[in-house]
Amino acid sequence: MGIKILTKDIDVPGIQNFQVYRSYGGYNSVEKALRMTPDEVVEEVKKSGLRGRGGAGFPTGMKWSFIDKKSGKPRHLVCNADESEPGTFKDRYLMSKNPHILIEGMITSSFALGANLSYIYVRGELMYVVNILQRAIDEAYANGFLGKNILGSGYDLELHVTCGAGAYICGEETALIESLEGKRGNPRIKPPFPAISGVWSNPTVVNNVESIAAVPYIVNNGGEEYAKIGIGKSTGTKLISASGHINKPGVYEIEMGVTVEEFIYSEEYCGGIWKGRKLKAVVAGGSSVPILPANLILKLANGEPRLMSYESLSDGGFATGTMLGSGGFIVFDETASIVHNLWNFERFYHHESCGQCSPCREGTGWVEKILHKFLDGHATMEDIDLVADVAKKIEGNTICPLGDAAAWPVASAIKHFRPEFEWYVTNPEEACKPGAYYTGDKLVLA
Amino acid sequence: MDLLKVTIDGIEIEVPAGTTILEAARKIGKNVPPAMCYYSKLEGSGGKCRTCIVKVSQGSTKDPRPMPKPVASCRTQVMDGMVVLNETSPEIMEARASVVEFLLINHPLDCPICDQAGECHLQDLGYAHGKQKTRYEFKRRTFDKIDIGPYVQLHMTRCILCYRCVFTCDQITNDRVHGVLNRGDSAEISTYIEKSIENDFSGNVIDVCPVGALTDKTFRFKNRVWFTKPVNAHRNCTTDKCSGKVQLWYKGNEVIRVTARKDQWGEVEEFICNTCRFEKKETTDWVIEGPAKVDNKSVIGQNHYELSYDKPVVPPKISLFADHPSFKDDSKFIN
Ligand SMILES: Cc1cc2nc3c(=O)[nH]c(=O)nc-3n(C[C@H](O)[C@H](O)[C@H](O)COP(=O)(O)O)c2cc1C
Ligand code: SF4
Ligand code: FES
Repeated sequence: MGIKILTKDIDVPGIQNFQVYRSYGGYNSVEKALRMTPDEVVEEVKKSGLRGRGGAGFPTGMKWSFIDKKSGKPRHLVCNADESEPGTFKDRYLMSKNPHILIEGMITSSFALGANLSYIYVRGELMYVVNILQRAIDEAYANGFLGKNILGSGYDLELHVTCGAGAYICGEETALIESLEGKRGNPRIKPPFPAISGVWSNPTVVNNVESIAAVPYIVNNGGEEYAKIGIGKSTGTKLISASGHINKPGVYEIEMGVTVEEFIYSEEYCGGIWKGRKLKAVVAGGSSVPILPANLILKLANGEPRLMSYESLSDGGFATGTMLGSGGFIVFDETASIVHNLWNFERFYHHESCGQCSPCREGTGWVEKILHKFLDGHATMEDIDLVADVAKKIEGNTICPLGDAAAWPVASAIKHFRPEFEWYVTNPEEACKPGAYYTGDKLVLA
Repeated sequence: MDLLKVTIDGIEIEVPAGTTILEAARKIGKNVPPAMCYYSKLEGSGGKCRTCIVKVSQGSTKDPRPMPKPVASCRTQVMDGMVVLNETSPEIMEARASVVEFLLINHPLDCPICDQAGECHLQDLGYAHGKQKTRYEFKRRTFDKIDIGPYVQLHMTRCILCYRCVFTCDQITNDRVHGVLNRGDSAEISTYIEKSIENDFSGNVIDVCPVGALTDKTFRFKNRVWFTKPVNAHRNCTTDKCSGKVQLWYKGNEVIRVTARKDQWGEVEEFICNTCRFEKKETTDWVIEGPAKVDNKSVIGQNHYELSYDKPVVPPKISLFADHPSFKDDSKFIN
């Protein structure tokens, strides 16, 4: 059993209640941090090597050190709990089962940033989570961990939980800020970055739930202890949302560095492919990261096993690698249709584009429509290149990374599974039959 | 004030800190990136259409690294020693052509019945960067026309979502009743519960709209703009904040349209009120200053068609048209 940090006490009965959580050492990091200076807390987080768990993997300590302290404006910490990336469901699991770990992390992190007013922005569909968090916040206020003069330290913190109205784009940090301010959730044009001008034009840090929830452990045990867990620059543990054709779907906390093979096949994690079938492909980090065929996800180009870590998953770049992303691990068995799945993803991005910038607004819909021709049995060989080209024209030319997120799956699916797309063109009757799946054994290294 | 040095397509210029690449290019006056959403008079505009993208091949003298992706020149500030490639970068020209393709796939291409034809920035852009044949085979998106008040019609099908009208209503008029509904390719400009816009300055949305999505109901279908003759005029307008400086568009002796005056980048010089725009259509209402020059960039405006088959056209060179014999003589524009 690997080490558990975030989910250690998650199944303790009543852990949602303040007293139970406290009796398991909860809120100790607040007491400890309040005896340190804010900069010392930031320093520990830097030493820990913690990287943002929201998808981009940006070092959290470094992000914190960018926040503008000189302007003298109020500062804010915003927790990104908008979790809407298809295949990702770890934050809601953590928040609904152990809400206090997030509240504790919010207090400790807000103190480090010098924020006196912080927010948790929850995905609109997760109203029940809002209620759970609100209850936990009320308890923290009642016990003197929130509000004025926390534990007599002189530090004040107001913490609000608010929710979106059901838009994936509000997970993008500047769209989230717009939405939080009560406006339409359009991503802002950067610069300025939130560290200079975020919520209410004040310096702001936006962090994922899981990043913030890791802070209490780091403060309690020291950054160096945390950095010992994991592998290389992928320190600590990571929550993986495992779904698809596996025996045991669910949320797993792994120590980074576990091999992909162990993660998929061991009883401790996914328990192997269901129904005794073969592994076809994996989307390793949520719907936006490149899809990889079985051979490439299990092994690096040099034949070594691929590991569950930022570096190993992206080894080989986009030619033979992918990304850890948000940790949404979607497994496809041999009966899955890559083409149908790609269309499904692109339908999502088309639906979720905010519509501000032309390449994403127009391109995502176009991509979806072309892909639908494959499912209808009307696609031509030219459509394969066309859809790849349209996706390429979106990539890198948009305001926010949603455009890239829509483009990468297309490029990788066609790169690694082109024969399957061709099969839809040459054998439409066969391909479009319900239950039919591609068996051509051509999934070779590009 | 400190001046920063920037090089755009090999031409060097010094500009004050805070200047954007686009503004610097406009100062140079050559190889200016096209801007469909940016509007210098509207705070917060720009960054959306992506037609003005350029490549920054050197970030600054201090940090010479190139920027990894194309940037929107209208929203990227110049750094000292920055080197920018616009028309000299084949990548940028290709990326711009794709942006134009994206802007056109759902556009109705109804120029023959659109009042904006001849002074439409999308038409110019399509002419300069568009392809002869579309690769888009699906049904184009359509919307119902909406009357927003007695003077303005919204034809959303033609809109490119530049947000200029939203900023105009927000910043020039008193009520914020105009915004965007829905998202993605279903997003549409709308007024609050389809409410009419009744505001002294609402007519300015017509002038800022780069395409034919917001048109003047008092002018609709009256004439093609290139058959009308623009004349600068002014009156002593009593509306607060209205300059009273306009362009009258004549057909024979009749004033058939009144607009604000526009600068060489197609932007309104000074906003005008609805009284000047919609209710003063007699020559006697005005003090005539003389003929106005027309932006010679417009394709139809100069009756000058040139086709290049199947490949993206050469970058737009304003001089290409200005050198044309029919434009040597200014009077040609106004006849
Ligand atoms: C379209 C889009 C959706 C996103 N959705 C989320 C999300 O649901 N949750 C999240 O934490 N980050 C999301 N992000 C990433 C955030 O913009 C931001 O990078 C992240 O919250 C930073 O936190 P971290 O540094 O702790 O990872 C999204 C980004 C994009 C472009
Ligand atoms: S990339 Fe898409 S979601 Fe992001 S700003 Fe542009 S239109 Fe909106
Ligand atoms: S003019 Fe710069 S993005 Fe539209």
